[in-house]
Amino acid sequence: MFQYLVKRILMLFPLFLGITLITFVVIHLAPGEPVEMQSAMNPKVSAAARQRLREFYGLDKPLYVQYGRWLSHLAKLDFGRSFAPDNRPVIDKISERIPITLSLNVIALILEFGLALPIGIIAAVHRDTLVDRGISVFVFLGFAVPTFWLALLCMYFFGVLHPVLPISGLHSLGSEKLSGFGRFADLARHLVLPISIATFGSLAGLSRYMRSTMVEVLSQDYITTARAKGVKERVVIYKHALKNALLPVITLLGFSLPGLIGGSVIFETIFAIPGMGQLFYQGVMARDYPLVLGILVIGACLTLVGNLLADLGYAVADPRIRHGKG
Amino acid sequence: MKQFRWFFLLILLLSAGCTEREPAAVVKPRPQAGTPVHGDALVTGSIGEPSNLIPILSSDSASSDISGLVYDGLVRYDKNLNLEGDLAQSWEVAPDGLTITFHLRKGVKWHDGAPFTSRDVMYTYRVTIDPKTPTAYAEDFKQVKSASAPDPYTFRVVYDKPFAPALASWGMPVLPAHLLEGKDITKSPLSRKPVGTGPFIFKEWIPGQKVTLDANPDYWEGAPYLDRYIYRIIPDNSTMYMELKGGTLDMMGLSPVQYQRQTNTPEFLSRFNKYRYPASAYTYLGYNLRLPLFQDRRVRQAITSAINKQEIIQGVLFGMGQVARGPYKPGTWAWNPNIRDFDYNPARAMQLLREAGWVMGKDGILVKDGKRFSFTILTNQGNDQRIKAAQIMQQRLKAVGIDVKIRVLEWASFLTNFIDTGRFEAVLLGWTIGQDPDLYDVWHSSKTGPKELNFIRFKNPEVDRLIVEGRGTFDQNKRRECYYKIQDILAFEQPYTFLYVPDALPAVSSRFRGIEPAPAGIMHNLIKWWVPKAEQRY
Amino acid sequence: MSGYYKDFWRRFLNNRLAAAGLLLVIVLFVLSVFAPWITPFNPDRIDAWHVLLPPSGTHWFGTDELGRDVFTRVVFGAQVSLKVGFVAVGIAVVVGTVIGLVAGFYGGWVDSLLMRLVDIMLCFPTFFLILAVIAMLEPSIWYIMMIIGLTGWMGVARLVRAEVLSLKGRDFVLAARVLGASDLRIIFRHILPNALSPVLVSATLGVAGAILTESALSFLGIGVQPPTPSWGNILTAGKDYIEFAWWLSLFPGLAILVTVLSYNLVGEGIRDALDPRQKK
Repeated sequence: MFQYLVKRILMLFPLFLGITLITFVVIHLAPGEPVEMQSAMNPKVSAAARQRLREFYGLDKPLYVQYGRWLSHLAKLDFGRSFAPDNRPVIDKISERIPITLSLNVIALILEFGLALPIGIIAAVHRDTLVDRGISVFVFLGFAVPTFWLALLCMYFFGVLHPVLPISGLHSLGSEKLSGFGRFADLARHLVLPISIATFGSLAGLSRYMRSTMVEVLSQDYITTARAKGVKERVVIYKHALKNALLPVITLLGFSLPGLIGGSVIFETIFAIPGMGQLFYQGVMARDYPLVLGILVIGACLTLVGNLLADLGYAVADPRIRHGKG
Repeated sequence: MKQFRWFFLLILLLSAGCTEREPAAVVKPRPQAGTPVHGDALVTGSIGEPSNLIPILSSDSASSDISGLVYDGLVRYDKNLNLEGDLAQSWEVAPDGLTITFHLRKGVKWHDGAPFTSRDVMYTYRVTIDPKTPTAYAEDFKQVKSASAPDPYTFRVVYDKPFAPALASWGMPVLPAHLLEGKDITKSPLSRKPVGTGPFIFKEWIPGQKVTLDANPDYWEGAPYLDRYIYRIIPDNSTMYMELKGGTLDMMGLSPVQYQRQTNTPEFLSRFNKYRYPASAYTYLGYNLRLPLFQDRRVRQAITSAINKQEIIQGVLFGMGQVARGPYKPGTWAWNPNIRDFDYNPARAMQLLREAGWVMGKDGILVKDGKRFSFTILTNQGNDQRIKAAQIMQQRLKAVGIDVKIRVLEWASFLTNFIDTGRFEAVLLGWTIGQDPDLYDVWHSSKTGPKELNFIRFKNPEVDRLIVEGRGTFDQNKRRECYYKIQDILAFEQPYTFLYVPDALPAVSSRFRGIEPAPAGIMHNLIKWWVPKAEQRY
Repeated sequence: MSGYYKDFWRRFLNNRLAAAGLLLVIVLFVLSVFAPWITPFNPDRIDAWHVLLPPSGTHWFGTDELGRDVFTRVVFGAQVSLKVGFVAVGIAVVVGTVIGLVAGFYGGWVDSLLMRLVDIMLCFPTFFLILAVIAMLEPSIWYIMMIIGLTGWMGVARLVRAEVLSLKGRDFVLAARVLGASDLRIIFRHILPNALSPVLVSATLGVAGAILTESALSFLGIGVQPPTPSWGNILTAGKDYIEFAWWLSLFPGLAILVTVLSYNLVGEGIRDALDPRQKK
């Protein structure tokens, strides 16, 4: 187990390097110098200021030197300062928004697993029946509907026509004056729409995966044997089959993160949630290169960490790895 | 609210947001009787987040919405768009027009309690012209030969030659010297926590959510009736409209469709007052005059004749705008009401094109010297109205044999790769119309360099002469004469096809009283807005 | 082989959802191909005096904010949206297949290197990458298709590699090798045809995903640019009128929904039909 852990952590370094390399290349696809872009937005940027920027990014040097410099800044968690007129350190701008995006996505992830797994199991158990087909159509509908459209329809229905839920944002005005519980309830009401829509949209992938794994397990010999021995169907399904079918699902946990974070651009824009997705979109549109670089690297590293945790979870759950044969 | 002559705002005239502050004539007053009382808050929304609350460092409309309420200038425009004293109680212009002496208001305090003096004005002037300050507003102040502050309540500036926009340029917000002097302004905490002298005191800014301002009880003109001004950041326009309908937003600028088709229900009208007046902005199609194709005046006149401006106003603005024929807002003193340019007349367009040597080709597109008449209109992404207008023009021009392509570009690359390098054929853009009619930056032939605003390279000695003459005198009649003549020349030359002046269409919750629509719009007397006790919400 | 396909078809069509999905996919495809003959209107024909008309006998789906016929635009939009879907997936499949084949066939450090690349690409929130590239280059349909393709090949690469690894040791491949077949010949004659079916499934799902991605980009204003109609940009234009001109968003929204749903059902159907365990 320890060996596995060390190996797994050592693997992070080349992956991290790869992430930074790809991010760097993507940004340099854009025509023109980053500094040029900033001065384009502000014709009066002084020559001295431009020179300082050129030096920070080493823009007069060849690309590989620039990459090296940027990496060494990164190592010190120095993402540079935003090109936006506020000129704030990128790390500050990101860190005030990451908690929002991350916690929303974690809640959505928990809901997703909490709903998709039972749905997938039910579909597998009732394979090829009306129940199975109904579930298929339902989960695929969630995947197929353009999220911003569904979001707007829900906002109009629940916020304007039948005003039971707040339309956008995270807090009501004046919620500062509420008690601790009141504030929490207010926040929760604001999160109902974005989180349900995010969850509805992500059910398909996981529930279909669960269904096919479960179908596969149910067709295996030991299940047939158990059934033949007269073990009750419930016990067969929920004790024998489920345990084995759940194992591979754990690794999916880590991989669900990038999709959710990517989707947060849309959710946060439409629901006016001040998270990282919204920040990224604004940064991209304003060509705020340091910010875009920073969010890409941090976003990818979050997944990296998510994957690591998922793998460790898998290792803990799977006896073969647990006993050091991984 | 203050109307600064912030000329570079025009660069950023992207779309929504800036309309509420715009001046103009009136619509639909409602009886607003009663005795004003204090209390309640105004909640408004913005697509964009402010970038920097030190006004000289930012040029986006969200930042200036906020800093306009927190800071004061020496002068400001009143509701009828005449200059009046703000932090300056009075001023004198010397007979030669070269020296202006401001007498500052006494007893004004910064929000942190420090007294306001001429030192603050001096600092603001110096930091704005400091080459190390990355500001877009230095140009007007660079005309100043010398500035002095003989005593704490007097500030004097001397110009080389008479400079008509000078007075208005002192509407620039005054910054607190005691908090900024000797420090690097680009790193100042004031960019996120401004301290001014204005009617509202900055309270908090929650990034991505809202900016809250509290009434300034010590404001020199008296405390605002409203206790609070809340500026919510809502990045999507449809969401913002739903918030308005849901009652969680008190004010927003409506789109023409919303104004015309979605808000005429008795239910909406009982909860909101709608206002309508021309915005201080126009949209135009500009031709790159470096290109031989567009150097022929007849070609430019023909394109204007082929375009139906009324149709564009109908299609894009649902009729909520006026035809533009020059760079001024209809009804303002510099606007020439007698201008005639080229009305929609396809036959005349074809006639002009024939005269210019174009003949109809087999594919229905005009040809001259073996070349098809085809050009690309560039416009910026994110402005639906412009993209629609381009599509309508495309169809009309096709009818006279001109093939138009439309290319929508992201803003930054639009500026760097196309405007600055001159690699464009025609652009569809807009300018805001400044309060002062000076046209130097956009139309003078000296302003055709890189990153300057006469990027179509319009060069006309007569226009140059008239511009210089117009800004060199304080006599409004003389100035008007100059600007009338310039409009005549532009209407004949058609370096732009001026398209339309849109209407600003704000809607405000009907619980607010004291709103007084005027040529300056509705926001000029925000401090007098009030809500009857029974209707107060916050 | 024909027996195998007959069997496959029987199993596929037995799955009623998949069969319905296939029918819809075909109908939409035909509609988009014959768009100019289906509707009497020109998709770009503007009529500023007849904007936002509700559905009627003349305009089945009403007119949009510039007076264009929405039905016509949705039908022509199908061409664009399906093109985005197919080309993007085509790119993803080609890149993914090549990388998967090379990694699986040659193994060793080549394999490790390529698979690490896959791991790295999988770490990025794909939509962030797409957004960054499109916004910084420009929102042209070609860039959109390319970047969706170039960020979507990893799944295919893994599938193909796994398939190659399992086939490499099989008798018919070994036999071919003994008979002196070249690497390329083995890859193209023996391995590729067998790896195709899982790729087909993933491609079908990919088309659906690409159509959705384009609509999300359109929502942010950097999808396929007007006047070219795509379902995404028609829907986005309609979102401002949800309340009173519902037809402008309903029809493109439904078009996306039905298409994505159908492609998913078809993809599932193919997977199940290929899966021997499905045999009853």
